[in-house]
Amino acid sequence: MNKELKRVSFAVLAMFLALFLSTTTISVFQRETLQSDGRNVRVLYDSYSTQRGSILVNGEPIAQSVPVEDRYNYQREYANGPLYAPITGYFTLNQGTTGVESELNDFLSGTANEQFLEQLNAILTGQEAQGASVELTIDPAVQQAAWDALGDQTGAVVAIEPSTGRILAMVSKPTYDPNQLASHDTQAVIDTYEALEADEGDPLQNRAIGGALNPPGSVFKLVVTAAALENGLTPESEFPNPPTFTLPGSTATVSNSGEGSCGGTENATIATALRLSCNVAFAQIGLAVGEDRIRGLAEEFGFGQSVDVPMSSTPSVYPDEMDDAQLALSSFGQYDVRATPLQIAMVSSAIANGGELMRPTLLESIIGPDLETVEEYQPEGFSTPISQQTASTMTGMMVEGVGNGVASNARIGGVDVAGKTGTAENGNDEPYTLWFTGFAPANDPQVAVAVVVENGGGLGQSGSGNRVAAPIARQVMEAVLNQ
Amino acid sequence: MSQASQTAVNEPPTTTTFTETIKLRLRTPARFRNLELALLVLACGIVAGAVALVQLGALDALDPQVLSLAGGLGLLVLIFHIVLRITAPNADPFLLPIATVLNGLGIAMIYRLDLARNDQGWGAASVRQMVWTALAITVAVLVVAFLRNHRVLARYRFIAMFVAIALLLLPMLPGIGREVNGARVWIGLGPFSFQPGEIAKIALAVFFAGYLVSARDSLALVGKKFLFLQFPRVRDLGPIIVIWLVAMVVLVFQRDLGTSLLYFGLFLCMIYVATGRESWVILGVGLFVVGGLVASQTLSYVEGRFNAWLDPFRPEFYEQQGGSYQLVQGLFGMAHGGLIGTGLGEGRPNLVPLAESDYIVASLGEELGLAGLFAILALYLLFVSRGFRIGFAGGDDFGKLLGVGLAFVVAFQIFIVIGGVTRVIPLTGLTTPFLAAGGSSLVANWIIVALLLRLSDTIRSGPKLVVGP
Repeated sequence: MNKELKRVSFAVLAMFLALFLSTTTISVFQRETLQSDGRNVRVLYDSYSTQRGSILVNGEPIAQSVPVEDRYNYQREYANGPLYAPITGYFTLNQGTTGVESELNDFLSGTANEQFLEQLNAILTGQEAQGASVELTIDPAVQQAAWDALGDQTGAVVAIEPSTGRILAMVSKPTYDPNQLASHDTQAVIDTYEALEADEGDPLQNRAIGGALNPPGSVFKLVVTAAALENGLTPESEFPNPPTFTLPGSTATVSNSGEGSCGGTENATIATALRLSCNVAFAQIGLAVGEDRIRGLAEEFGFGQSVDVPMSSTPSVYPDEMDDAQLALSSFGQYDVRATPLQIAMVSSAIANGGELMRPTLLESIIGPDLETVEEYQPEGFSTPISQQTASTMTGMMVEGVGNGVASNARIGGVDVAGKTGTAENGNDEPYTLWFTGFAPANDPQVAVAVVVENGGGLGQSGSGNRVAAPIARQVMEAVLNQ
Repeated sequence: MSQASQTAVNEPPTTTTFTETIKLRLRTPARFRNLELALLVLACGIVAGAVALVQLGALDALDPQVLSLAGGLGLLVLIFHIVLRITAPNADPFLLPIATVLNGLGIAMIYRLDLARNDQGWGAASVRQMVWTALAITVAVLVVAFLRNHRVLARYRFIAMFVAIALLLLPMLPGIGREVNGARVWIGLGPFSFQPGEIAKIALAVFFAGYLVSARDSLALVGKKFLFLQFPRVRDLGPIIVIWLVAMVVLVFQRDLGTSLLYFGLFLCMIYVATGRESWVILGVGLFVVGGLVASQTLSYVEGRFNAWLDPFRPEFYEQQGGSYQLVQGLFGMAHGGLIGTGLGEGRPNLVPLAESDYIVASLGEELGLAGLFAILALYLLFVSRGFRIGFAGGDDFGKLLGVGLAFVVAFQIFIVIGGVTRVIPLTGLTTPFLAAGGSSLVANWIIVALLLRLSDTIRSGPKLVVGP
């Protein structure tokens, strides 16, 4: 009988081993899969019951979770929601999350690996786990100035501190109120979301880093100029300056804006061409420098790449395999060249910072629930697209453009402002896209800025970058300089 | 402890004087009971800690009323211990503490679920569970106190058989039978409901043990050799056919796959131990598999269980009525618990349907983690191994068989229910011994504790003192 008993006890042991194995499989090996299954509401509920960290600007919360008496325990609230919506994004219960709320969710919800010790501590002490807070680089005064200056226009503003890459302002209009999407009434959230989706103004798009990209127009001349100077040309290099220029291999012609003669001289120097923004001259400069050299430099400025600020920007475009006519058009930012305001601000920022481009970011630091700094973001280089000499030469030319050229509306009393306007065409009867980019003060740059205004700023084809975008940029730069 | 008993075994009787032997006899049992008392204090401490943690986790405050109720149960267990000191001093010292800690953990978890649902008074499953626990322990005390010799049971083997079959078929009687969650395994009288099948497993174990002891020779020795196995005569096949039929009736008419599997497994285990013939096992497994396959093709509930087992995450099975929703929610719960669990009162086990009964293991897995589940499984394994020990050391064949049968039925039930919850086998509706909410299950399992205690005492008090603790 004992032989049989032994066998039966082995069978029982095997049954228990199967149970040890199956429980381990579920709790350890399949854990991640099971936790990420959309039908597992535990993870979701947990994310509500921990107090999510705040998003801070200058120490003040622009997004925070406040205790409420419902099953979700906390309500996400956005102080000044629309002003910061392109940055914070929104945090919905179950309809997704965007912006910093999404990119830094691990920290905000307290589940980041860096916070493991705190999680353990919370378990051991029986306290509720809390998320960490994220301090942003945004300067609230600059952000507000950009918001006010942009007014009711459709467009965006990006302001960067050139020496560090810290983003001081990021405004996109039209926008939305993230408070409406953070409601605990799911149906109301869905209705709001659908209304925003259907809105023709695309309020959910962050035009500062994405959206439907615009042609940069004449602000792209900065890149072409830089490529020319980096490849042996000088500001004094001369190009023929007729009123119109016939595109190679084509009968189509290009002309300067306002059908002008661009200074009226027979030849124009690069310096003059940039100051007066001469399309005819730049078509020839682009052809002289060549597509590959321009692309090489554009990519060093960041074209063709997505930049995580931490939200990923849409890559700006310098087109491929152009013929000479297309190359000529692209040299003053038309044809298929497309850029985000962030990208254009990066170009100015690199020139302002002596040729070294710093990686743009919104993140200053992560602050744990115990108010200790979990992580501090250090300035980081992105690339060095141009030499210091090129940078200083270009700064001089851009200062001329504002002080003595077509970017006159960016002037600030007592300070040298470097700048470049852009008035990009979108098609025969389409309104222009209006640009300005620049930095100030020219001798010690504190801020580099890019402004885009879509739909011609309400002026159809009669607006210009100088008239609409330059004053906006001026107010943003003043907000920085007045501090 | 083990060292002390080893001296008792190793010392040759010839070198000890008569008085020393008497002293040894007097001291050894006290050691068993003292060990039991120490373990009981530990068990009560764990349970009190668990209940307090539940309150702190879910209420952020201590509720002395519930703690004192649980304390009352501790008192009852202590009475059990004292009764053992008097009537069964040589009984196994581990069984009672293990049953206590498991029962108490179950109450803590059920109480925790009540708090999540805001159930109070008689509506609270934990209150009912505590009353049932008190009743079950009382019954167990009575069994130990009045059943001084287990061999008496062998005499009543055929009565046990009729009782078992009657209990099994009772829920099918119109009027008192009740259907709960599709399975017709309950009887109800007024507000009380009872699952008679739980008690039937004890009666069946008694019957099998008694019957097999008397019939094993004919079952074991006679038969024809076929291939490499010796198969029994056709006329000896009677009992296995009868049991198979009963199992099939339960499967088909009561729609209870788990109970059916449990009884059939119990029978196969005991007939194999009694006769030593593999052919019985092969025959029995074959019969059950055939029956199960036919059932899975013809009975929709069995088919649904199989589908949910094989592919629980498929949306149509998940959303189906009687599909894999519960299974998947249980898996989510256990995964959420991870290695160390969320802590008592800190998880969301109430999201799983039937979290306090069929799914108490998933609830415990969520809040106590894999570590907690391993501890619980280890306790079960220890409990079952104490039962098998009786089988190995037993003096009489009836006692051996009964001990093995009772231990196996507990082990097999654990495997069926936890294996179902963790996807080792298809899910069936059985209760987790000691842990799950349910009075009939508690009473039955505490009676098993009582019987195993009695059996272990008989062995050690017998003429040959060869077993350590």
